Amino acid sequence: MTTDSIPARATDAPPEAVRKTRKSTPPGGRPLRLFRHPGAGRQHHAGPVAYILMGLAALVSLFPLYWTMVAASTDNTRVTQTPPPFLPGPHLLENLGKAWQDAALGKAMLNSLIVAGVIALSTVLFATLAGFAFAKLRFKGRNVLLMLVIGTMMVPPQLGVVPLFMMMTELGWGQKLPAVIFPTLVSAVGVFFMRQYLAEALPDELVEAGRVDGAHSLRIFWSIVLPIARAPMAVLFMITFVHAWNDFFWPFIVLDMTNPTVPVALTQLSAGYVRDQSLIMAGALLGTLPLLALFIVFGRQIVGGIMQGAVKG
Amino acid sequence: MAISTSTPPNGAPGVTAEHQRRRTLLHRLDVRGAPYAFVAPFFIVFAAFSFYPLIYTSWISLHRVELSTLNLMEWVGFGNYTALWEDDRFWNALLNTFTIGVLSTVPQLLMALGLAHLLNYRMRGSTFFRVAALTPYATSVGAAALVFTMLFERDFGMINWMLSLVGVDNLDWENNKWAAQTAISSIVIWRWTGYNALLYLAAMQAIPRDRYEAAAIDGASRWQQFLKVTVPGIRSTIVFTIVLSTIGATQLFGEPLIFGQGPNGITGGADNQYQTLGLLLYEEGWKNYQMGRAATVAWAMFLLLIVVFVVQRIVKRFTTRRT
Repeated sequence: MTTDSIPARATDAPPEAVRKTRKSTPPGGRPLRLFRHPGAGRQHHAGPVAYILMGLAALVSLFPLYWTMVAASTDNTRVTQTPPPFLPGPHLLENLGKAWQDAALGKAMLNSLIVAGVIALSTVLFATLAGFAFAKLRFKGRNVLLMLVIGTMMVPPQLGVVPLFMMMTELGWGQKLPAVIFPTLVSAVGVFFMRQYLAEALPDELVEAGRVDGAHSLRIFWSIVLPIARAPMAVLFMITFVHAWNDFFWPFIVLDMTNPTVPVALTQLSAGYVRDQSLIMAGALLGTLPLLALFIVFGRQIVGGIMQGAVKG
Repeated sequence: MAISTSTPPNGAPGVTAEHQRRRTLLHRLDVRGAPYAFVAPFFIVFAAFSFYPLIYTSWISLHRVELSTLNLMEWVGFGNYTALWEDDRFWNALLNTFTIGVLSTVPQLLMALGLAHLLNYRMRGSTFFRVAALTPYATSVGAAALVFTMLFERDFGMINWMLSLVGVDNLDWENNKWAAQTAISSIVIWRWTGYNALLYLAAMQAIPRDRYEAAAIDGASRWQQFLKVTVPGIRSTIVFTIVLSTIGATQLFGEPLIFGQGPNGITGGADNQYQTLGLLLYEEGWKNYQMGRAATVAWAMFLLLIVVFVVQRIVKRFTTRRT
């Protein structure tokens, strides 16, 4: 995956692909609801009131993060005074360094990177495989199985934690990363997302042409589906990465402080081991930075991906 | 992305009949079998790590199992269920889950609707506003709860300081039940409003423009257009977000845990004033070492979800018939 080509594709590809398939949809067919032409329902230009309200909303969204940075850059005495500080102080790097050590964030970061990376990769691979099958291949029980996939979205995995915990202990995976990785290797939302995309972006004729050429299904997947699905795969990767990085309940149960992910390590800061308030904020800031960086670079693509995956029946 | 629609040349030259037959056989096998192979990984992982544990939970809930001796299971029938039924903490947690759920979901979705409406305007910097609205979603429960715990601090927190500017005395956000539940809800609201707004925005953009034009010709004001065109136009998305937020609300765990800072977190405050079902599950299993009872709580949460969905279905049918 060449990262520099993703942003351009992620924004260009879907509309282009949709327009091509639109031509080939028979007249009177069900109108496409996904990956639709951007801006279809947009009506008015924003007035000053809208700008003010939007500005307020952005302020509320961003202020807690800004204030985390402010608090992390002062010291404990300043944070615990009123009025609270609004401008950054001089201790940011010092506090970040201390928090890094106190909360053992180095190991946590590495663990989170491994966990979120593996989960995102496997989710994208399996979701694209299954999404391709559901969108373009004909087989018995296809609709029933697809309904099953959608139905699984309604079952929160948290409800099975007790047996899952017993299972992991038996497997010898207690406190180990596979215990966190394995249960989340696939995602129903991912399968559905890829199915919706491929149903519209991948022309049937292309799959047929591959068949006529004598290509087997995996070959068609590799040479035809993957190149077309690159943009939504990148988006799904990022969204899954964010979710896996932030996942809390199950990692908190199965991991401990000797081998935590970032959210688990952060609970140590709240549990009273660290008394210094600005250090706590420094830890919170460190734990958020990787995803913030992802958002600053790919925010537009992530927003697009969430909106594309949004429309459900 | 080049999509060629021209038909490629047919077959390879010089293949024997035998060869051809084997190829057709393989081809048929591939066409029949490959789809199942492609969807199999999803179902295998789901069955092993989600479905099986869910079912097995009900079996464990009929036993006494301790955390230290996980392979010793003593049959107790419905003992765990009757104990849970008579346990005040269960009803307290159920009620708290419900009230925090309402406090966090209703304002969240209403605000998301308004935000989506604003984002739907043509405006400068719309990408910035969208990304900004989604940024809280990138903040983990851990970090968000830590920050809000500090903002809601009794003596030096930002919120109490701002309230003091308008003449309100310092509120004890942790020990006062409703204040604590409001503070916890605000963490949920902060993290998820932007996400829901983007879902609504996507649906709003799919509403055909001529519906607005028709409404405008009929003399509908912008507010009337919002109520009569926009809201009905995105109704399925609204239902979808209600379902999602409801599932999230019944599972609430990280926010109250971290808000309680340490031992108070697991019990949901000194008087369990904000203990949710998720916290009760954890307390039974991993603090009191009673896995059987934890499984009973999990199963109760599952039943609760089913009840919620049935109610939601009935409400949906009712409202659909009315329109």
